[in-house]
Amino acid sequence: MNKLFLIIKREYLSRVRKKSFIIMTLLTPLFMIGVFVVPILLASSSEDKTTIAIIDNNKFNEFRLTSSHNLEYTYINELSLEQHKTTLIETYDFLLHIPEIDSIQQIESSIEVYSTNQMSLSIKQNVENQIDKKLTNIYLLQSGINPDQIKKSQSKSRIKTYVVDEQGENTKGNSEASFGIGLVGGFLIYIFIFMYGTMVMRSVIEEKTNRIVEIIISSVKPFELMLGKIISVALVGLSQFAMWIILGFVFLFIANGFISTDIDVMNLNANEAVLSSEIGSSLMALPIKSLIFVFLIYFLGGYLLYGSLFAAIGSASDQETDSQQFIVPITIPLIVSFVLVQVVIDNPHGSLAYWLSMIPFTSPIIMIARIPFGVALHELLLSISLLIGGFLLTTWLAAKIYRVGILMYGKKISYKELWKWLKYKD
Amino acid sequence: MNILEIKHVIKEYENKKALDSISLNVNEGRIFGLLGPNGAGKTTLIRIINQITAPDKGEILFSGERFKRGHIQNIGYLPEERGLYKSMKVGEQCLYLAQLKGLSKNEAKQKIHHWFKKLDMLDWLNKKVEELSKGMAQKVQFVSTVLHQPKLIILDEPFTGFDPINSEIIKNEIIALKESGSTIILSTHRMESVEELCDDIALINSGQCILEGSVNEIKNNFKEHIFELRFEGTIQNEIQHFETLVIESGYGIFKAKNKENTHTLIKQVVEQVNVTSFNEKLPTINDVFIQSVNNE
Repeated sequence: MNKLFLIIKREYLSRVRKKSFIIMTLLTPLFMIGVFVVPILLASSSEDKTTIAIIDNNKFNEFRLTSSHNLEYTYINELSLEQHKTTLIETYDFLLHIPEIDSIQQIESSIEVYSTNQMSLSIKQNVENQIDKKLTNIYLLQSGINPDQIKKSQSKSRIKTYVVDEQGENTKGNSEASFGIGLVGGFLIYIFIFMYGTMVMRSVIEEKTNRIVEIIISSVKPFELMLGKIISVALVGLSQFAMWIILGFVFLFIANGFISTDIDVMNLNANEAVLSSEIGSSLMALPIKSLIFVFLIYFLGGYLLYGSLFAAIGSASDQETDSQQFIVPITIPLIVSFVLVQVVIDNPHGSLAYWLSMIPFTSPIIMIARIPFGVALHELLLSISLLIGGFLLTTWLAAKIYRVGILMYGKKISYKELWKWLKYKD
Repeated sequence: MNILEIKHVIKEYENKKALDSISLNVNEGRIFGLLGPNGAGKTTLIRIINQITAPDKGEILFSGERFKRGHIQNIGYLPEERGLYKSMKVGEQCLYLAQLKGLSKNEAKQKIHHWFKKLDMLDWLNKKVEELSKGMAQKVQFVSTVLHQPKLIILDEPFTGFDPINSEIIKNEIIALKESGSTIILSTHRMESVEELCDDIALINSGQCILEGSVNEIKNNFKEHIFELRFEGTIQNEIQHFETLVIESGYGIFKAKNKENTHTLIKQVVEQVNVTSFNEKLPTINDVFIQSVNNE
């Protein structure tokens, strides 16, 4: 026990003292924010305007496209398409041509677009939507209906969701917030298992290539060394979480000061304001403490399950490049569960979601994605028990491979070889 | 008294017997040479003694007791393939290894100071291993093997990587360790080190011990009754019961045809010449090694 403590202490200190650890701890939150915020910013930025030149040969003047925030239409007075086609597609992103037609209905199927590059699906849909809106309005007017009346009579319902517990207590729910938290939680578990798992693997390979491992295991059992390593990396992870949570609160505290003074100037329309305040209030209503607690359990369980496998892979490799062939199969369940998070969030109580959150290899990511939508306690306990069983099994298997692998040098290890190691006696 | 008794130990890997019912004894307070060609089973045996692997069958006694986990605190092991944590400081690393061998922090610090002072390495303590030369790192490894004053020290090729000066320092330390009561198992292919250091040897081949005993005893058993003479004058008459292997002016080598008549050589020679030196040519351990392994 004392030796295990010594190993954990050395492994832990050797990691947290590194400059790279401190830099990573500070940069990871920025990176995470980047992953979620940058695409949103990029998508909403108005810089990316698509320019479209229009040569309009139709005589129905009521059909005229108007520029929007990301589409800029320019009507060209020259009416000959063939003459101007090549010069126009050099200046504009696209050239839209409306040929001469006999009835306005023909517009639907006669518009042509020319460009040097294939038009993207989203821009195509965007333009088509605009055309359809215009035409619908024209058709409505032709039928004697005022489009404004239609607009007014369109309803915009917002369902308020409540989650009812066994005692009949209601908690205000919010599908959007649950969706967001489920997605982010699943993503974080996925990243962390990879990050800390490879940390364990690198450390095993380092001890092997350094040739210190034989000295160490003449004092401690290989299992103690492996366990010490896995536990210390888990502690490194938990320390990092703790620092991130503190950094998060500091950030919130500072941000709060700015936002509270600026909030009234923000130009939100009525609906957006209601939605964002609802998300805000239901974020507050979510049991943050128990979410963090469950997150930690699944992070630890998932990490221990995969971490021991990463240790086994490290032991069977002389250098990091050797490890690739073994990494692929163990990352498949991780990647599959990450991809399926979207499906699970769409139907968090379906049978796919249920089974994936029971299988220990997928449950850490899937269960975290389901938690914000509410999971029955007995399901949660069953899943956690299976996860514990799962990591005990993988640790046992990994230990068998590890004790043989760390003393094998200069041999390309096959799966057949690993299978033999499993059967070796001590 | 035997510090280590190995009795009929068997270790198999995939139907290949790495150790095939091997038995040998290591005497306390001696330097024991563990010899054998590559792949003979030395490393497997050493790993079993260090409890890195367990034997499939057989019995091991340590100081007369059944071998148990606690005994590894009394063993120091310097493996052939050895290294240190590169980014760790030398002092911290030795402290860690000593604590893993059961020393308290204070005890370990004292011993580290003692050894580093003795070998003139004190100013290395705060250096990182990656800043040391290969020879320096080897010295640190040697020190960390013996820091906890183990009763049994196992050194696998301890001299590789050392220059002649450092080799000499390590050699003297090994002798000093023996004198202070430790037993040393020395596994090496450098036969001159065996000749110089070892009291006893065991020769292992194909997982079995094919030769065991004190160096002198073994040399005696392998001697071929060959005598080397230096003299003044000329030997003219044939020497009875002896075969002349070399004869030059003032020098000759003679081999007895049977061991009963060896004493007659000097008698026959002094009648003819003035003998200045006379000695029996004993086989080297290298000769014994090659002869034994080839005879197998």
